[in-house]
Amino acid sequence: MHKAPSSEELLGSVIGFLNQVAAPQLSGQAAFHARVAANALALVEREMAQRPIADTRARALFAALLNDEASTLEALNGQVCAQIRSGALACDNPALLAALREITSAQLAIDQPSYSGLNQ
Amino acid sequence: MTALAAPLTRLMQTRFGPNAEVREMTRLSGGASQETWGFSLQVPNETPRHLILRRAPFQSAAKGEAIGLVKEAQIIAAAAQTGTPVPDIIHVCGPEDDLGDAFIMAHVAGQTIARKILRDEEYSLARQLLAFQCGEALAKIHAVAPDNLPSDLPISHGLDQLDRYEAIYRGFDMDRPVFELALSWLRQHAPAPLPTTLVHGDFRNGNLMVNEGGLAAVLDWELAHQGDPREDLGWICVNSWRFGVRDKKVGGFGPLEELLAGYQASGGQSFEPKDLDWFQALGSFKWGIMCLIMYQAFATKADPSIERAMIGRRASEAEIDLLNLIEGRPHA
Repeated sequence: MHKAPSSEELLGSVIGFLNQVAAPQLSGQAAFHARVAANALALVEREMAQRPIADTRARALFAALLNDEASTLEALNGQVCAQIRSGALACDNPALLAALREITSAQLAIDQPSYSGLNQ
Repeated sequence: MTALAAPLTRLMQTRFGPNAEVREMTRLSGGASQETWGFSLQVPNETPRHLILRRAPFQSAAKGEAIGLVKEAQIIAAAAQTGTPVPDIIHVCGPEDDLGDAFIMAHVAGQTIARKILRDEEYSLARQLLAFQCGEALAKIHAVAPDNLPSDLPISHGLDQLDRYEAIYRGFDMDRPVFELALSWLRQHAPAPLPTTLVHGDFRNGNLMVNEGGLAAVLDWELAHQGDPREDLGWICVNSWRFGVRDKKVGGFGPLEELLAGYQASGGQSFEPKDLDWFQALGSFKWGIMCLIMYQAFATKADPSIERAMIGRRASEAEIDLLNLIEGRPHA
């Protein structure tokens, strides 16, 4: 109910503390890990903002691919894996490749938005 | 000073005279299975020499596919004979040295950090030369005579590795459609294996010592094995080792054509760029699974660092690279 401060504000504040206060006062491995910690929280920030939309889209893409509007994303994801493995979904299936590209790009936008492989 | 200083000093005095001293002993890197120390060897009336001690910690078990330090030293010495740039092996330790599974080699000056090699002005000439030089070095590695290698060096071709990494992936019980796609695609497109050669097994940025003039030494031979020479040529092209410089396919520093030209110029066989696509895709798949292996070390509390955890989120970089390769996209 009450969001003063919000989760996003708290995360942003901890990221700022790690990068601007903690890391510069640490050295060696500890400074490195402080930066990694800040990066981890920035990932969580992106995940909170993007995950619900990405999952809704992934479910719609897999539902269309498998012609199954009823199952959960987790079940559909397992089905796609099983069908690739059995050969029911061929490696050159254009709808499969398009769906996997869109879903993987959305995952990378959370995990590593600056990764070079994203820019096709 | 570490407890290693006394046995190391005894060894240096046996080798270089009773007045030899070990100074400035510094741990350069280390993990559960292997550690690297730098030190200065001082002998009266001689210029100090920088040496490296590579050793396995006492009571550590060999990790995964690592071959052990004694074999590693034997392979480095064999590679030196064909002209591969490698550090000079000074001494391979025996039980009497009291240093464990270990060897001592010369320190080679230079830089291994990819972001510096790819961006700093200091390495601008090196960047122009490196792809060709990597081709030359790989041709020399692949020319090592089998008789000079440890007789029990593992043999591992591309499809064996695919089986091994698939088994690891299945053990994690994670459903990742792009890895399933990669497994199917790699099985359907596997090339016939070539005659076996020595394979370095981890020839990439981070394991290449580079100075202003380019490649100074090939390091970290712990994954060496006998296998398909295209494995090494494909691995250095994996996008993760380009550190953002995507259009330079070889390690982010040069074009594939130069790698292949250097390879052929030093006696390696003639390959077309497309001959490496399968091995590059295998490499991206292996890297994706390695990311999950490192995450597992965190998940099982074997290594609780945030860094281990975060590497798990790099599996998706291997996934986009695999899609780019399978779809034949430019700069894949």
